[in-house]
Amino acid sequence: MKQAPLYGVAAEFDDPTAIVAAARRLADEGYMKFEAYTPFHIEELSGAIPVRRPLLPLIVLAGGVVGAVGGFFMLYYATVIGYPLNIGGRPPDSWPMYIPITFELTVLFAALFAVFGVLALCRLPMPYHPLFGVESFARASQDRFFLCVEADDPKFDRQETANLLRSMNALEVNDVFD
Amino acid sequence: MSAEDAQKSEELRLPPIVRPGHTFASVTGKISAIVLKRPYTPGWLLGFGASFMLLMLFMYAVTYLLVAGVGIWGVDIPVAWGFAITSFVWWIGIGHAGTLISAILLLLNQKWRTSINRFAEAMTLFAVACAGMFPLLHLGRPYYFYWLLPYPNIMSLWPQFRSPLVWDVFAVFTYATVSLLFWYMGLVPDLATLRDRARGRFTRKIYGVMALGWRGASRHWHQYQTGYLLLAGLATPLVVSVHTVVSFDFAVAIVPGWHSTIFPPYFVAGAIFSGFAMVITIAVPLRAAFGLEDFITERHLENMAKVMLATGLMVTYSYVFETFFSWYSDNPFEQFISLNRATGPYALMFWTQITCNVVAPQFLWLRRVRRSSVLLFILALVINLGMWVERYVIVVTSLHRDFLPSSWGMYSGTFWDWATLLGSFGLFLSLMFLFIRFLPAISMAEMRELLPEAKVKEGEAG
Repeated sequence: MKQAPLYGVAAEFDDPTAIVAAARRLADEGYMKFEAYTPFHIEELSGAIPVRRPLLPLIVLAGGVVGAVGGFFMLYYATVIGYPLNIGGRPPDSWPMYIPITFELTVLFAALFAVFGVLALCRLPMPYHPLFGVESFARASQDRFFLCVEADDPKFDRQETANLLRSMNALEVNDVFD
Repeated sequence: MSAEDAQKSEELRLPPIVRPGHTFASVTGKISAIVLKRPYTPGWLLGFGASFMLLMLFMYAVTYLLVAGVGIWGVDIPVAWGFAITSFVWWIGIGHAGTLISAILLLLNQKWRTSINRFAEAMTLFAVACAGMFPLLHLGRPYYFYWLLPYPNIMSLWPQFRSPLVWDVFAVFTYATVSLLFWYMGLVPDLATLRDRARGRFTRKIYGVMALGWRGASRHWHQYQTGYLLLAGLATPLVVSVHTVVSFDFAVAIVPGWHSTIFPPYFVAGAIFSGFAMVITIAVPLRAAFGLEDFITERHLENMAKVMLATGLMVTYSYVFETFFSWYSDNPFEQFISLNRATGPYALMFWTQITCNVVAPQFLWLRRVRRSSVLLFILALVINLGMWVERYVIVVTSLHRDFLPSSWGMYSGTFWDWATLLGSFGLFLSLMFLFIRFLPAISMAEMRELLPEAKVKEGEAG
């Protein structure tokens, strides 16, 4: 059987301070393609692991605009053009009456864009990931912290990178295969 | 809990948010064990069995309703809105506390919300499911419910968009959808934990599919956190708007006792009041049954009691001013309705409402009551009852005395009214029991973040 190609080298830590220190060290050493896997959000990691320009707020704004404009004009079309009804002599385009539904649709579309936006930006759902092959990785969702340097990083060297990670108090360093 | 928080709690002699001595592993273990390790206890089976029987009663009542029509209920002219609308408003109000806890308290950075937000959100979702049933069943021809939605049809008809009842459809639908999204998004990291801890192949597959392949990557956490905050920001005005729109169902009508500008804030405060009562009704047995006193501490009970007291006072204020305005309006119909509520044929209901919603919450001024789970539980039940009765009084008393005495009438619930109401508890409780059994009732990921060891020590982090 052919050996699966190498995805990277993963180190396991047991406290948040250690992984933040390690991530900062990797960034200092000039590594670019590495990622931390933690059981809860650690804000300090964002400094060491570059995040892309925040796209999500724009996506949510777009959703809100779609809901607001679409909702308002649906109501306008229905009550003025599509099916005008005379309700107590009020003008057909009685816009204050459109506000509640316009508001609800704004929130609805913004929320849908937010959730599906997060999923799209995270490339989820993704049923398989090479790290799931590492046995101890199950604890990344419980009480352990993982740092994985990917093999396509220009500075990646299987031996050297592993040694560097070991020198930073990693409990264990594993090769990760695709 | 951060250092300053801890210090502040020390000064004020507040109980902690999480009892000391917990680690990442112990929090994870304790919460996930309820789902993965604990056997089915007789208590759970009994509770679920009883709830399921009530659910069957609901199915029976609804089936008979669909066959025979709304004539089986007590509603008639002039009282055309009876139990169904009362229960709709009551259920949807209960849901509001869940959103308040999960969204508004998140934006206000109230850390104590963490251990109660998950099951409060579940409560919201199930309460909205119950609420949504009632107006649909009340339609007369429930199988035409889709006429309420703007859908392309060969008659090129549109819904009457100037009617608050149509606004309600949009408000409740949006509320249910956003609550579901918010709840599921919060669950994803915990579902990954369950996937990784599950022993059985099948269990692991199910949780694995639901976790969407979440692996806790820091870039993902970053997006996730932004998305979660944005959702909270969207849910906050939404929750206020939903009960506002519900109150428009009444306030836009010209019926005396309904046509009032105080209704939107009055309804929102009442919703949060009754919702917190329901959260306490669920939290107290939950922590006792599963030994969660470490995570749902006296601090949580006390804070919820304080919110209940504050919103109870707002409700009291609304009662006072509702009566004041009816006198000050100099409108004989308004004045008559106010007097009729207190002294007419439904006076018993009115005074029950005052006792439960105005008098009973005053006990919450005492710290001893706020920290006693038993007393709080009893008070919460009283307030739940009071808030249902409040809506009953609003709906029924305003309608039963029409403008002309020749059109006056009386209303009381029939067996089928009661069966539908009790049955809706069956739906709510069955879902709640299933939720507690199959999903983590407390957010593990957020609890880990609260622990002292979760803090990155800047001095040592290079």
